Amino acid sequence: MSFFKKSPWLIHYDGSSCNGCDIEVLACLTPVYDIERFGIINTGNPKHADIFLITGAVNEQNKEVILNIYSQMPDPKVVIAVGACASSGGICAEGYNILGGVDKLIPVDVYVPGCAARPEAIIDGVVKGLEVLENKYRNKNKKK
Amino acid sequence: MRILITSILFILLTPIAGGLLAGVDRVISARMQKRVGPSILQPFYDVLKLFQKENVVVNVSQNLYVFSFLFFTIFTGVLFFIGGDILLTVFSSTLAGIFFILGGYSTHSPYSFLGSERELISMVSDEPMVILMAIGMYMVTQSFLIRDIIAFNQPIIYYLPGVFIGYLFVLTIKMKKSPFDLSMSHHAHQEIVSGITTEFSGKSLALIEIAHWYENIFLLGTVFLFFAPKPILGVMMSLIIYLVEIFIDNTNARVKWQWLFKSSWFVALCAGAVNIFVLFINQS
Ligand code: SF4
Repeated sequence: MSFFKKSPWLIHYDGSSCNGCDIEVLACLTPVYDIERFGIINTGNPKHADIFLITGAVNEQNKEVILNIYSQMPDPKVVIAVGACASSGGICAEGYNILGGVDKLIPVDVYVPGCAARPEAIIDGVVKGLEVLENKYRNKNKKK
Repeated sequence: MRILITSILFILLTPIAGGLLAGVDRVISARMQKRVGPSILQPFYDVLKLFQKENVVVNVSQNLYVFSFLFFTIFTGVLFFIGGDILLTVFSSTLAGIFFILGGYSTHSPYSFLGSERELISMVSDEPMVILMAIGMYMVTQSFLIRDIIAFNQPIIYYLPGVFIGYLFVLTIKMKKSPFDLSMSHHAHQEIVSGITTEFSGKSLALIEIAHWYENIFLLGTVFLFFAPKPILGVMMSLIIYLVEIFIDNTNARVKWQWLFKSSWFVALCAGAVNIFVLFINQS
């Protein structure tokens, strides 16, 4: 039995987001949506996190940061790209400093569409991510 | 034999009680912020999940420190609940705290370094008052043994109101509640990431969490001591004090360490030391 579904802790990183998606992520924490109901906590510490939530596209300057955060997270972990920018580059895709979506850099498990992604969609995305998290945990045990 | 049974019961039951208390804390905090909040069993889910996560170890010695922290925290609680020497419980809880700080230092992360430093300052701030409490209890009951203190014919709060107030003040520091939660950030505020626990993940973090449950129960036990001859009143008071701590936690912003240090020593001096001085005059 795994407990990842009961207590997913997430870390939120703002790539080159216009802050539209960030505000929606934060909205999930407010009393209206209250994601702590599901045991979700916004940790701010990669070593405590299970889910990596990225908003905005990857650019030349933050790719190291994203790689760093990703590699610091203990297994099993899940990456969720929130918003059009994080999924594919979106409106920023043509920018001279933009690499593209987050999947150009690290494997993404769930894409949340929208510009900006709605809080409901983000919560849905996290719930989807939980299944992936659980599968990863099972597969890891099987390999052992 | 009785000592053995009490110790085993304490070791087994305390995590359950402590975890539930932590759950109640989170639900009440959520309700205070007009949120629904997690289930009351959430702390257990968190800890069980942490056991299933990978444990990233930066420095091998950190495991030993975390284990010692847990061990001495449990030792403190056992000593307390079998009615041992109160001075010894004070010392061993300090020792546990020192292991925790060493663990924070051993990971070499700037955030946990800062957290450890702040934890050290918190410890320096609360220690005088805790020792004054032990001295006060000795002056009233003429014994450092907890079983004698409990057997005293009247609630010792009658003699030690000042010490009690001072102790409540440092209890906020000991329980790591706002405004004194400098060393370890709770979920919302993250100015030093997670402070002293930044580099701990998986199993070590779970052990730290469990140690905190033990610690909280021990701390509530010390509150009980002030009302000991009336057990029902004692239990009620410790629960009320816990609720008050949650309330304080939710209504106060974090302070700077200077303020923490000055205020706690000031309170220890004004409430604690004056109380003991009056007792001393009375007795001589
Ligand atoms: S998807 Fe839209 S709202 Fe979100 S970061 Fe990109 S431009 Fe902003």
